[in-house]
Amino acid sequence: MIKKRLNIRMSGLGGQGAVTAAHVMAMAASKDGKFAISNPFFGAEKRMAPAESYCRIGVERIYDRGELVFPDVIEVFHPQVITMGKSYTMPFYSGIKEQGLIIINSDEPLLSDEDIQRLKDLKVAVFYIPGTNIALEVAGTELSTNMTMIGSVAGITKCVSMDALDQALQERFGKKFVASGGTATLDEAIKKKFAKKEMLLAKNLATVKRAYEIGVEWAETNKFELQVAAMAAA
Amino acid sequence: MDNHSPIGTTNKKGQVITDARKMMFEAPRTPSFYTGSEVIKEAIRRANVDVMIAYPITPQSEAAALIGELFAEGYVKEYFRGESEFAVMSQCAGAAFGGARVFTTTAGPGTMRAMENFPMWAGARLPIQMIVTCRGINSPLSIQPDTLEISYLLQTGMLVWHAETAQDFYDWILKGYMVSEEPDVHLPLALCCDGFFVTHTKDVVNLTPVDMCLPPYDPYRSPVPCMDMECPPVRMMRDPFVMKSNYISYATHASWQQEVWAAVERSRKHTIAWLDGLIETENVDADILIVSSGTAVSQGREAIRLLADEGIRVGLVKVKALRPWPGEEIREATKNAKHIIVPEFNVVGWMAREIKASIPNSDRVIAGPRVGGGMTMPPEIIVSEVKHALGIQDHALAGRGS
Repeated sequence: MIKKRLNIRMSGLGGQGAVTAAHVMAMAASKDGKFAISNPFFGAEKRMAPAESYCRIGVERIYDRGELVFPDVIEVFHPQVITMGKSYTMPFYSGIKEQGLIIINSDEPLLSDEDIQRLKDLKVAVFYIPGTNIALEVAGTELSTNMTMIGSVAGITKCVSMDALDQALQERFGKKFVASGGTATLDEAIKKKFAKKEMLLAKNLATVKRAYEIGVEWAETNKFELQVAAMAAA
Repeated sequence: MDNHSPIGTTNKKGQVITDARKMMFEAPRTPSFYTGSEVIKEAIRRANVDVMIAYPITPQSEAAALIGELFAEGYVKEYFRGESEFAVMSQCAGAAFGGARVFTTTAGPGTMRAMENFPMWAGARLPIQMIVTCRGINSPLSIQPDTLEISYLLQTGMLVWHAETAQDFYDWILKGYMVSEEPDVHLPLALCCDGFFVTHTKDVVNLTPVDMCLPPYDPYRSPVPCMDMECPPVRMMRDPFVMKSNYISYATHASWQQEVWAAVERSRKHTIAWLDGLIETENVDADILIVSSGTAVSQGREAIRLLADEGIRVGLVKVKALRPWPGEEIREATKNAKHIIVPEFNVVGWMAREIKASIPNSDRVIAGPRVGGGMTMPPEIIVSEVKHALGIQDHALAGRGS
């Protein structure tokens, strides 16, 4: 299915980087020349509390704001979103559109028979990705779990290009160093930090790529298609 | 050529002080992908602000902290944190009395806590700009965008504008000072937006050049003298003559209040020029109109698209300024409408009340849909409201929560 707008709901827990993931996705889509906005939704900020973010990508200007009540794609960043109901909607897939997609970060199935049947009725595809394991393996830290969620949805839907994701990551994590002509010591400190940042960037990008490839392969194997239309030529 | 004009000179950050009209309407723009909070920072970078006073409250904390960075970079002359919102707004008054261009930000419970200061600002004719990133004010606690606090601000004598997008926000922060500081206006501005939906949302915003900034505030354009605490001109702070109970003091007080509201009225012509009208309209010849302000307008725009797909034509009125209130403009824009749908992010429906008070046959106004506590308003529920008004059965929301 090819749509004018792809609405992605990211359900995670505080500290997992769901907000960052949506921002990076929207930045990348914007770099690809598409219309995109992203915004978070959370209560009091604390780790492991429910946190959601939303990324809307489309071929015409997007006005819609706030919580995504009727998403095309839901990404579950943590099993507790499902197992402990750490979600803003019950069940977590409430509002999912027909022929939508659910990506779950888990190395084991989590859905009840009832959930499976309901999603089947709605022709919703469910894809499990062991995101945290991939993050540990590729980046050496579970903090890069959000990168696997970015990569997998991008790989399956092609809503953003790898090239744009690379640029968006650079912008989010790479820049923001204002070297204001300071002393040699300051310069040295910045260089050191920059070396670290470059490493972080490279590992994050590698994690995104791995998940992207897994997503591409899954979509091909399962003949799943959910895409944003191409922008009309100017 | 006025030799005292600062236009064309350079400030210590290398920004050229630019005629505000040239800067806002003619200078090239650069598209940037920013959150609303970052956009506030970028506007203030170019606003030649003297004093910013901050106090943390979600969802404006990020913007307040980012302006702290601007202070560190040297773009804002003075910046500090107050003890509470009440203290902040009182300190803002002090800085403005002293002739400074003042900026602050607040939200929800912070706005309510500081409320006493706002009619005082207006009465003292202080052109302070306050960003209000709306959030729920009632218990149980909510940090989400609920616009109830705006209804309180409407009665303070402040100018009140309601931005829909980060782009509005960027432009209106800069234009706001130009309107506020006009000698025949000289009033504070509450520039409101819906928290999170604007402050925490990344969107494309076209920025003016970073090497241009607004002309500085000229306190000698104030219609009332700068405050000198050693010799207060009208002894406003201690033992003011207007507190004496006699005819003169009553008459003074009444006329002073009338003058504040007359100044709100006089801001109309400036606001129309800077904001290109107090309202924005689309297809107002349609039988059905959606009329609102803030992101309720955005949700309305999405609903209009969904309805167009089903062959139902709906027009739109975006209310940009709430004070001054565009009563005449709304009366004109809604004259042909059979149904006027007013979606709002608050439980009382203050926008619907304002509209009802301004138009004939006010039973055309459908005061809703409304969401309280900062919950989301999916465009689908506006679609439902429109269909209900037309007598069309709608099952769009039947699947919600299934």
